[in-house]
Amino acid sequence: MPALASTTVFVTEGMIEAWLRLSATRLRERSRELTELDQAIGDGDHGINVDRGFTAVAAMLDGRSADPAAPAPDVAGTLKQTAQTLIRTVGGASGPLYGTFFLKASASLAGSPQPTLGDLIAALDAGAAGVATIGGGQPGDKTMLDALTPALSAARERLTSGAVDQVLAVAADAAEAGAAATIPMQARKGRASYLGERSIGHQDPGATSSAILLRALADSFQG
Amino acid sequence: MKKLINRVDDVVPESLEGVGLAHPDLVKIDLEHKVVLRVGGPRQGKVGLVSGGGSGHEPLHGGFVGLGMLDAACAGNVFTSPTPDQMEFATRAVDGGAGVLHIVKNYTGDVLNFQMAADLVNGDVEVASVVTNDDVAVQDSLYTAGRRGVGATVLVEKIAGAKAEEGATLDGVRATAEKVNANARSMGMALTSCIVPAAGTPTFQLGDDEIEIGIGIHGEPGRRREKLVPVDEIAATLVEPIVDDLALSQGDDVLAFVNSMGGTPLIELYIAFRSVASLLADRGISISRSLVGPYITSLEMAGFSVTLLRLDDELKRLWDAPVHTPALRWGA
Repeated sequence: MPALASTTVFVTEGMIEAWLRLSATRLRERSRELTELDQAIGDGDHGINVDRGFTAVAAMLDGRSADPAAPAPDVAGTLKQTAQTLIRTVGGASGPLYGTFFLKASASLAGSPQPTLGDLIAALDAGAAGVATIGGGQPGDKTMLDALTPALSAARERLTSGAVDQVLAVAADAAEAGAAATIPMQARKGRASYLGERSIGHQDPGATSSAILLRALADSFQG
Repeated sequence: MKKLINRVDDVVPESLEGVGLAHPDLVKIDLEHKVVLRVGGPRQGKVGLVSGGGSGHEPLHGGFVGLGMLDAACAGNVFTSPTPDQMEFATRAVDGGAGVLHIVKNYTGDVLNFQMAADLVNGDVEVASVVTNDDVAVQDSLYTAGRRGVGATVLVEKIAGAKAEEGATLDGVRATAEKVNANARSMGMALTSCIVPAAGTPTFQLGDDEIEIGIGIHGEPGRRREKLVPVDEIAATLVEPIVDDLALSQGDDVLAFVNSMGGTPLIELYIAFRSVASLLADRGISISRSLVGPYITSLEMAGFSVTLLRLDDELKRLWDAPVHTPALRWGA
């Protein structure tokens, strides 16, 4: 029963922490690339902003683990603290958007002391829905959603038949393909939309950082 | 990159400290929240005015804190919206019981962060907001984030600030702010790019003989790229869409605001003002108020923007009302 096998994989708080730390490392490594993508069609600060935000998330995790009085965190709590840290430190549009992504994911897991991989995918889906609501965007607008939406839909499809690393690897593949697919799109949201047709031919920085997060998720769970 | 800075990470806080040290009679700086506050607040019974946005547009917004304009300004990182916790702090700090107006430039980040801040004080402070969106270079359609907020923001802060100083209600101040935004349009252009300190390289590349028409205040491109021509011709390119969009006609009375993007000196700015005045005179539109200088800038970008505001007696009276801030002062 492969379906059962995959949906009963549990997601621990430690796995989420590993994902967030790997995301911070990867976003730092690729900060310049993200900023260059943003210089082409935005205001040239996306890499700087997400690097600052996830560096603060890593510092938040360090501070928490160094405090012996801090209660043992759970998955939902860690996602919520991540959201609050990002909202406070990122600024721009990405702060509220990524903040909302983690906040809605956290809320979706609030009633699950032992979330499964399926619960996590559903939570990230809720996060993406939150991004669509506050940003007013939809897939095809050349935004984060062009990476998140195909990734989570691929993960859901795969969930019934795949192993844990495959579900997330498939999601990461779809996110990267989705980010690449923003190149021929004309932006309809955010600052890139001001360019009109001139936004065509450039990969969206937000979709790219979202793909980096999903690749980090796959790699951290596998490793 | 050649800039008068110490460390890239200290650009915004050290600049704020400088504002506080230069104008201790007008403002105090909360460095933790990166907020410029008017001294002596909150003022009981007066509507509080809070604005904010990415840094790099100085004197906007911190330079407009003081009598007759803002009560607080939140500074984000360069070209990056401030965060909801900064705006929440500023909103609570200036509330004198009459509510607080948020003046927000129409950029996705600013709008989202101010919305979150309004949610955070919901139930404690009555908040209204006005979103400025006066840039005719950007089409206002379902397929864009809407027109950008640029030069009209300065005029909204001055005129709504005067309205609040008169003791108007939150609804009254908001209505005045919306009236200014609805009657003002802008368009800008760039001769050179700007360099975001943390990026260290120019945001965009322009050839020696090229200009960008319809530039935004973050170096985001505008309508098109052209060859450099005399300023009379450039001014016509900026003024015509504004006049059309506002449907200005013979006999109308306007405030003409000719703004430096940061790198353009006053000698050139006044030549540009001359061009604008001549274009308006040709159409029988009279300039009864003016503002010329660097007021909403884009770091060291060279270039200028034109904002026209259709005036009536109320707007003239509020424009003329006393103002005393680090960057604007008359009558007080």
